[in-house]
Amino acid sequence: MEKFTKLSGVAAPFTRINVDTDLIIPAEYLKTIRRTGLGKHLFSYIRYNDDGSQKKEFILNKAHYKKSIILITGKNFGCGSSREHAVWALKDFGIKCLIGAEFADIFYNNCFKNGILPIILNQFYINRIIKKISSEKTSMLTVDLKKQIIIMDQNEVLKFKVDSYRKKCLLEGLDDISLTLNKDTLISKYEFNLKKKLPWLDK
Amino acid sequence: MLQHQSPKTLFDKIWNSHLVDKKDDVNQLLYIDLHLIHEVTSPQAFEGLRLFNRKVRQPKKTFAVPDHNVPTLNRDNIEDKLSRTQLETLEKNTKDFGIEFFPINDIRQGIVHIIGPEQGLTQPGMTIVCGDSHTSTHGAFGALAFGIGTSEVEHVLATQTLIQNPAKNMRINLEGNMPFGITAKDLILGIIGKIGTAGGTGHVIEYSGPTIQKLSMEGRMTICNMSIEAGARAGLIAPDETTFNYIKSKPRAPKKNWEEAVNFWKKLPTDKGAQYNKEEFLSVDKLDPQVTWGTSPQDVVSIKDRVPDPSNESDANRKNAMERSLEYMDLKPGTKLEDVKIDQVFIGSCTNSRIEDLREAAKVIKGKSVKTKAMVVPGSGLVKQQAEKEGLDKIFKEAGFEWRDSGCSMCLAMNADKLKAGERCASTSNRNFEGRQGKGGRSHLMSPIMAAAAAVTGHLIDVRELI
Repeated sequence: MEKFTKLSGVAAPFTRINVDTDLIIPAEYLKTIRRTGLGKHLFSYIRYNDDGSQKKEFILNKAHYKKSIILITGKNFGCGSSREHAVWALKDFGIKCLIGAEFADIFYNNCFKNGILPIILNQFYINRIIKKISSEKTSMLTVDLKKQIIIMDQNEVLKFKVDSYRKKCLLEGLDDISLTLNKDTLISKYEFNLKKKLPWLDK
Repeated sequence: MLQHQSPKTLFDKIWNSHLVDKKDDVNQLLYIDLHLIHEVTSPQAFEGLRLFNRKVRQPKKTFAVPDHNVPTLNRDNIEDKLSRTQLETLEKNTKDFGIEFFPINDIRQGIVHIIGPEQGLTQPGMTIVCGDSHTSTHGAFGALAFGIGTSEVEHVLATQTLIQNPAKNMRINLEGNMPFGITAKDLILGIIGKIGTAGGTGHVIEYSGPTIQKLSMEGRMTICNMSIEAGARAGLIAPDETTFNYIKSKPRAPKKNWEEAVNFWKKLPTDKGAQYNKEEFLSVDKLDPQVTWGTSPQDVVSIKDRVPDPSNESDANRKNAMERSLEYMDLKPGTKLEDVKIDQVFIGSCTNSRIEDLREAAKVIKGKSVKTKAMVVPGSGLVKQQAEKEGLDKIFKEAGFEWRDSGCSMCLAMNADKLKAGERCASTSNRNFEGRQGKGGRSHLMSPIMAAAAAVTGHLIDVRELI
């Protein structure tokens, strides 16, 4: 997995509440057997007109925000379907970090598995960020995972929380399957006991 | 010395008994008893296994069935090349890794969350995962069942475990007798309307109380199914005699260890005095049939109500969301729900495509004719077969419904079953998101009998006027 340490770039405000993963990537684009190439379909139904042209008013179609690497989101972002394609589409578009007051559980997990950092902050701070980045001139943010801070400007820094295991995985780009495979003895022990205790589950 | 055991919830008991390793308080390694896979969220996981030359640790605890992408008509010749590739990929992957697979032409094929219970794969006390958010359905059996992403699918395939944060405990108590014409779907829509689509975030919801105890397994599955629409990680219902009776006759139920299994399952329900982080109470005595008007499952009202007015909403974000919903749905505030005309009716999905759903819907339409386009998509080949044995297919077909083969179909519109832009659908599925049932399509969620009533009248209507 790609490492996530510190990044600086344009942050786009997309503050609708309850943005579901169907909206992030509609089902018709889930027929792929690859993880890549979904960026062009990100937010497809609200990003493009029926003739395929871009909707001018959609934030990520605006020239300045096309290069966004951070997305500021509304409450309960990523709700609904478990499709990891939603995260793959964001990643393929170039988004590396999401900042919001609340994320849906499965989506939140899926982000970490793909090297994307979802940051949860109190709505008060989200509103401050939105106010700042709504002007193109001040739409840059810096996110430092090691220090767990968002640098707004020279005078203001916002702290955020992230659990230590996930932080380590992101900072070092660790593949958690190989970490778990190291626990083979523990898993085998569990399976041995299971066989004795609940034999009907032994297949 | 006797060790003091603090009272545990059903969730705590399942969680604790599946811990392989407690890394820290946040990240714990959980053993998975049953892993269900389908064609859409698994190909990239198998690709990952091959890339690192990894095996499936427990192929016999893994089970595969195609459902999301399968056509419900003319299945012998799948025209869509991408769909065909995805279906063939699942078949090849399961063959290469030694995983049991029900092919598309097998009578037992169907929606993965219908198949698990129908085959008796789903049992109390288990941990069950699938790359699909409606895995919560299996919670109706007192199993901890939740949806996961594809990276997690790969993790389970390789290790039979998952790294998870323990969820918080939430209980929703349902009391009262379900009035005539009220179904499990109305209960769960009512709950989501009350607690909102993020009301359960970070929690596992246990549904309990006398109303739940009286519900059939089908009804319990409908309720647990939509836990994810309340934001919860999973839904749970304590196993009881209803549960055991349902499982007993199923092909994969424990046979020679039956008594032993039941004795174990009986110890699972929440201990007296166990603590919940959050609790809700709902009396169902006066509940009316529920219908959604907007583009989130929490946008729900009674069929007797009117479309709400965003100008009465004080929260600015919520007001914006309501206005956008109404624009998308082409509805005006104050419109009576019963005056809303319907173009299409969809009876199906992992929420409501079981035999009980089809029986109830058939009673409503018997001897009547549809005024809309209408289709029934049974949850599995076996549900379809049973319905045909009972003559339900004839009732549906005579009324003008299309009688299709099983799959997810128009619930998520991945196959050819889609709404056209602007079409309005009375749907028994679980999500009314923008574009969910087809780009520009408008979905109203409701129970199977309410959808059946809409089909034969051409508009939303209180089904109690027809039965």
